[in-house]
Amino acid sequence: MRIYNLYARTGQTFYMCGIIGLFAKSDAVMQHLGRHMADMLAQMGERGPDSAGIAIYNDPLAGSEANKLTLQHDEPDRLTEVTRLASAQFPECDIAVHGSHCVIAARASTEELQVWAQTHCADVRIMSVGERIQIFKEKGHPADFAARYQLQQFQGSHALAHTRMATESAITTSHSHPFSTGRDLCLVHNGSLSNHNRLREQLQKNGIRFQTDNDSEVAAGYLTWRLQCGDTLQQALNAAIRDLDGFYTFAIGTRNGFAVLRDPIACKPAVLAETADWVAMSSEFRAIAQLPGAENARVWEPEPGRIYTWEGDNTSGMAA
Amino acid sequence: MITFDLGSTPVRELNQHLHSAVTDPVHVANPGGRHAIAVGATDAHTVTVDGNVGYYCAGMNAEATVKINGHAGPGLAENMMSGTVHVTGNASQYCAATARGGLVIIDGDASSRCGISMKGVDIVVKGNVGHMSAFMAQKGALVVCGDAGDALGDSIYEATLFVAGSVASLGTDCEEKAMDDEALALLQRLLQQSGATTSAADFKRYGSARKLYHFNVDNASSY
Repeated sequence: MRIYNLYARTGQTFYMCGIIGLFAKSDAVMQHLGRHMADMLAQMGERGPDSAGIAIYNDPLAGSEANKLTLQHDEPDRLTEVTRLASAQFPECDIAVHGSHCVIAARASTEELQVWAQTHCADVRIMSVGERIQIFKEKGHPADFAARYQLQQFQGSHALAHTRMATESAITTSHSHPFSTGRDLCLVHNGSLSNHNRLREQLQKNGIRFQTDNDSEVAAGYLTWRLQCGDTLQQALNAAIRDLDGFYTFAIGTRNGFAVLRDPIACKPAVLAETADWVAMSSEFRAIAQLPGAENARVWEPEPGRIYTWEGDNTSGMAA
Repeated sequence: MITFDLGSTPVRELNQHLHSAVTDPVHVANPGGRHAIAVGATDAHTVTVDGNVGYYCAGMNAEATVKINGHAGPGLAENMMSGTVHVTGNASQYCAATARGGLVIIDGDASSRCGISMKGVDIVVKGNVGHMSAFMAQKGALVVCGDAGDALGDSIYEATLFVAGSVASLGTDCEEKAMDDEALALLQRLLQQSGATTSAADFKRYGSARKLYHFNVDNASSY
């Protein structure tokens, strides 16, 4: 007698979403990181036409205690007001407006930046905070997102992006990926978690705050909590394999690189590729095929339940 | 020789050609990981794809010989009826799922669920296969020259599995079987047809213990 749900075991689940990540190992790829990401993102539009988002890591401001704060508000006038307030608060700060987001780069600690935002503009969303990270995300088709945010203009050492096909919660900018998981950290997720409600309650008791009812945000909050407890990223991800129940391919952006993890059942797709100039991950090879030299790249599929990381100083080569 | 450059030609044009009776050799350039390349061939076409392909390449293939000089995405040769599909690189999830006939050759590794619900196809993987391979397999043969992942042959009905390397674990109702003359002849034929160099003597044979054919309350926890 066989009463299996064949589809649950074949991996042919109907939850889509697309993930891409790119880590530059050469100056040429760093200079054109945004253009490469836009090309890859366009290939993942069919996997996630509801919303798109990107985390781009690039140079910090010179000097100590310099950090970036990315804020989002749907009303352009309010965003302009926020940039004016920031200019008054943080002398010599750099402010750039991209779509409904603004990036404030200032010589202030991440705590100072967050406290300022929460105190003076509590109605805006904090998308990310850190030395090198900036996160932009928006509901709508990924191709429109790439055009609106002029992704091709960005340089950087590495980036992660996501295209969302919503399955378990609303289509809004807040429900879109990447989710910030702490200073210079973010998470993108393809899959669905089944124990996110219980886990969210437990994390809230431990002081983790959530903006939405989204399952992926719980995974992000979980990693934030583990890292706050003192775990390394590797330890936090090992704990995630134990505590998160569901289907997932995660890509986690860090200050100097990114990590990739698939659940032990590995229903959700993932492809990794590497050349002398870059390391890339994607839900499908067709995104990687857009990169220079992809035809000669080493291509492989990450194993279930194994953590892959790339980190390093991009100007001096990669340390695996 | 007819060339389809998928950098400039839609996949649909290629596939429509493969639904015709014109069987001149076909060359496919710049596949770029696109989906559904060379799907539904209905005659003895010979197709060579130079590069990596995406989802569902060579699905429902009948009669045609499709060679992919690269890697294949999920669902390669799904529901293949006959013919040959040969990948020189690796194949992703559920390769040859539900396939009813023909031969699939993977020179590299196949990932999870290789040959899931296979219904008569023969599969030769020269590298390793991932977890849950030959899940609910019903007919045909799976030859693995390398290692097999967890739960090989879980809930297998009938099908013959050969593994030369290690098996991480056998699935429910899958057991090692004696290599009889008939099985050995089948294995030798498939190794020869696929150009695999592993010696037939290195393989062990696995198949169904047939304990799940009828409901038994003592097995309730296994269902």
